[in-house]
Amino acid sequence: MTAVSIRDLTVTYSEKPVLWDIDLDWSMGSLTAVVGPNGAGKSTLVKAALGLIPVAAGTALFLGQPLDQARGKVAYVPQRSAVDWDFPTDVLDVTLMGTYGSLGWFRRPGAGERSRAMAALEQVGMADLAHRQINELSGGQQQRTFLARALVQGADVTILDEPFTGVDAVTEQKMIEVFRSLRDAGKAVIAVHHDLDSVPTIFDEVTLLNTRLIAHGSVAEVFVEEHLRATYGGTLAHIARREKDL
Amino acid sequence: MSPLTLVFLIAALAGLTCALAGVFLVLRRIAMLADAISHSVLPGLVAGFLLAGGPSLGPAFVGAVLAGLLTVLAVETLSRSRGIKQDAAIGLVFPTMFALGVLWISASYGNIHLDTDAVLFGDLTLAPFDAWRIGNLNLGPQSIWLLGVAFGLTALFLRILGKELRLATFDPSLAKLSGFNPDLLHFSLMAIVSITSVAAFTAIGAVLAVALLVAPAAIARLYTDSYPQMLKLSAAVGVGSSVLGTALAVLFDVSISGLIATVLGIAFVSASLTAPRRGVLWQAQAQRTTKLNHAIEALVIHLSLHANTSREAEESLLSHLIRELGWTPQWTRDVVEEASRRGLLKENDQRVTLTSAGQQLGRS
Repeated sequence: MTAVSIRDLTVTYSEKPVLWDIDLDWSMGSLTAVVGPNGAGKSTLVKAALGLIPVAAGTALFLGQPLDQARGKVAYVPQRSAVDWDFPTDVLDVTLMGTYGSLGWFRRPGAGERSRAMAALEQVGMADLAHRQINELSGGQQQRTFLARALVQGADVTILDEPFTGVDAVTEQKMIEVFRSLRDAGKAVIAVHHDLDSVPTIFDEVTLLNTRLIAHGSVAEVFVEEHLRATYGGTLAHIARREKDL
Repeated sequence: MSPLTLVFLIAALAGLTCALAGVFLVLRRIAMLADAISHSVLPGLVAGFLLAGGPSLGPAFVGAVLAGLLTVLAVETLSRSRGIKQDAAIGLVFPTMFALGVLWISASYGNIHLDTDAVLFGDLTLAPFDAWRIGNLNLGPQSIWLLGVAFGLTALFLRILGKELRLATFDPSLAKLSGFNPDLLHFSLMAIVSITSVAAFTAIGAVLAVALLVAPAAIARLYTDSYPQMLKLSAAVGVGSSVLGTALAVLFDVSISGLIATVLGIAFVSASLTAPRRGVLWQAQAQRTTKLNHAIEALVIHLSLHANTSREAEESLLSHLIRELGWTPQWTRDVVEEASRRGLLKENDQRVTLTSAGQQLGRS
């Protein structure tokens, strides 16, 4: 079963395309990394597929349907820096936002939503901090709150933008655990990812991207020097070293 | 009701309505849009007056609200195009709209009666006498009706769309993916702000309405991290400063709207100085406490390193500490005083020695 199916996707900001004619299928029951150098269009790819930014051409289907019909089945976790963490609210409230989509207009979350949100916070190890203000959270706690918010949506396809950036070891371990349990339940997890070294240990499949699609498939087949060189150019060794240092 | 009671009532209602409508302006960091809207209502009012052939409530109201929305649309369109940021877009749009209004008034001054000063600065003392009449029926001051409608719409809007607005403000991408159109929510909010600005202009003037839209919410934000509390606090500040400003203005016989805005200005400055956690003074104090904690730790570690050594006598001299730790004499004095107050060390004849509690801290 295909989780996300992208066809002929092209995105341009000015004259130069940021993404050029991407054809891609992400599968269910798999952890997929989207990898490429800075400016390769990784975030742009997921945002364009989700209809968050305008596309010049192309389509994306989720579980075989346009996003409008698959809304409740898709969760998205933006980069942490994309939101205002000084917004006056607490962890539980942010998690509850994951239930708004299924509630629809005007209806407010009730006891059922609340207990689902608490269960999700439990799953990411944040239940103790449910009533903590979000401006008092560490980067890792912010990311786990976001993950809980995605979990509460009960989505079949979860797409995350750089979930491992700037998080502590505990959070990283927790997230990997959650991702694996989702995968083992037959769901799809797709993450824009930064750190080449950890790709083989965390992910099953990898999408190599640099404006064009370089390669996509299982880590064993695709995550090889030939493809990486094609993605990162001659600077691979340098980039790999630098990313490791970060 | 006596005219004075009506003045207070109108002021309080203006404060309440603006303070509620302003909460999301502050949370979305688009308070400047209120400024743009309040100026831009002028050409809308003129258009309404001209179309109706004189000062008439309905057409002027509708014209002004439409002008406010047109301004927001122009600002959004400009700031989404490349190369123009939102602040620049606001700076481009509202003077143009405002100038259009001024020109229009001066060109057709003979035909309509529109007091520019009253539009900009309001004239609350006259508001009670500006009755809304249908035929021979006197329905009371227009301001009360306008503000009442604005308050009803604002309260209803926040009540039924609070969840959606908060989501679209905090994370527009999730709002969009959850099926709530963020642009629609944005323009609905802007419509509410436009209606409120127009309703408030008769009471306190279009420009000073900005103070009531922004200051109470900004003050409330300094005092609370909870959205429901922020709403309540903002409303309380809005009503409180309007009533206080009106009372003082009546007492000293000066401009009511001027005094309301002044009260708000003073309230904001005091809040930003004294608010717990976010206030400047509180933060300075917190910073000093942190610095003091670090200094005490450094001192305790220094003393415990030299305790029971041949250099202990020399190393524990205050004058030596000043030299060695690179501290000013005053700061050294503050640190030593605070540390002895916490029972970590004892001061005796220009010399400091660790207490047992201090020794314990030094070892840990």
